[in-house]
This record gives sequence, C-alpha cells and structure tokens, in this order.
Amino acid sequence: MWMSLSRDKMTITREQDMVPFRNRVKEAAVKIGMGLVNQTKLITAASELFRNMIRYAGKGEVLIEVISKGRESGIRLTFSDQGPGIADIALAMQDGYSTGKSLGLGLPGTKRLVNEFTLQSTLGQGTTITIVKWKNG
Amino acid sequence: MDKIPILRMGSFLLVTIQVDLYDRLALNLENDLVQMVYQTGARGVLIDISAVSIVDSFMGRILGNIASMTRVLDAETVVVGMQPAVAITLIELGLSLKGVHTALDVERGMALLQTQYGLHTQSADDDVDELE
Repeated sequence: MWMSLSRDKMTITREQDMVPFRNRVKEAAVKIGMGLVNQTKLITAASELFRNMIRYAGKGEVLIEVISKGRESGIRLTFSDQGPGIADIALAMQDGYSTGKSLGLGLPGTKRLVNEFTLQSTLGQGTTITIVKWKNG
Repeated sequence: MDKIPILRMGSFLLVTIQVDLYDRLALNLENDLVQMVYQTGARGVLIDISAVSIVDSFMGRILGNIASMTRVLDAETVVVGMQPAVAITLIELGLSLKGVHTALDVERGMALLQTQYGLHTQSADDDVDELE
C-alpha cells in the first residue's frame, strides 16, 4: 500500500509557472535521494504534462507528493484540470497523435519516462493524470 | 522580458543557454536566431545546452526548427554540451533530434563546423580564445 509522506499543492495558471514548478518537483526528488537520470526523466515528464494542462485546459492544479511503498520511496504527481477533457484516450496515447501543433509525444512519451501512469478524463469536465516515479525505478 | 543573448564570432553565432527555458523564451530564441542569421549572414550556429537540465518534446522541437530554418538560410546548426541524463531522457521520450548536428562541447562543435562544412570565423583564433 502507498503511504503519502508529504504533500505540496501548486496552482498553475500561466506558462511562466513552469520553471518554479519544475524546481519544486526537483526539490522533492532530491529530498528522497533520487538519482540524476530518474530526476531528469521525472521532471521532463512533469514538463510535458504541465504544458498539456496549460495548452488544453488553461489552468489547473498539481499535487506533489513523496510516497513510500515498503522500502521504496518515490514521487507522485497528480495533475488535475477542469478543461475540455480528452475525447479518445486510446488515440491520445498513440505516438505521433496530436490535436495541437505538437509532435504528439507528450502523453505516450511521458508514460515511457515514469513507472506508473494513470489517466482519467471526462469530456467537458476535465482530466486527471497521475504519474509515479520510484527512486530506484 | 527575458532574453537569451546571441554572440557573434566572425561567421558563427554562439548561444549559451544558461537559464531554464519556458516555452515563450524558447520561441523567442528561435525567432531571434533566425533573424540574426539573416542579418549577419552567419554560416554556423552553435547552441550550447550544457547548463540545461531538461529538454522536453517542445524544446526538442524548437532545436529541430532552428536547425531546419537556419539550413534554409544556408547556415549549419550544431547543438553542443548535452548532459547524459538529458540524452537518455530524450531518447526514451521518443525524440531523436533528426536533422540536428550535435557535438560533445563547444570546441568540438566549432571544429565540426570548420572541418565538415569548411566554415571559418573571420578573425579566427583570437575570438575563440577569449570565450573559452
């Protein structure tokens, strides 16, 4: 079972929040002693999801948590927005698919960079994406 | 407004990205660099990302765009100094930076432009030494 050791909530309203947001994720990752490569993967994944949130929903919230499962510790990020939602999740998870002008690597690429990835979305109500990166994952 | 400085070294332009980029800043850099290649007639562009800890798909796309745009203006772009963790992450993300030349550091990037593309800084050595 997961245990949440610390919680830090951040409201995101504009693109310039990206740098302070990354710093907070990095701080949490450094605190649990995550190695540089995993840190980089986590922060890159977080950047992709941050951008999606700003681009499609305009704003949202991210919960940054330090979690533990047995002896393993990790970082869990929960992105929630009240945006338009994702019409076809299976399609959005395919490499190269994008409704915006991006490369369409955001969601499938993010999933590859983390250990756990869950996405819930309801049209017209919003999207919640949770990612977990274990310290030694 | 933040701005990333572009240095001119003879027929090369040198950009050292020292801050974490957000999207607007990266887009401005793309625009400024292409303008500057046009205005100065530069033949080579070196982008040093050794201080950059994150390259995500957007930033990767900007680097690719810069390379393609400058190529159309007859200039080669070399991205140098990528950190190993960034390289690992980029490949796992699915971005291979196709069409972008890369080199380990500024010195090798410069050598690449000079030997492979036969480009030279006009007042060659002095300028280069000052910046090292």
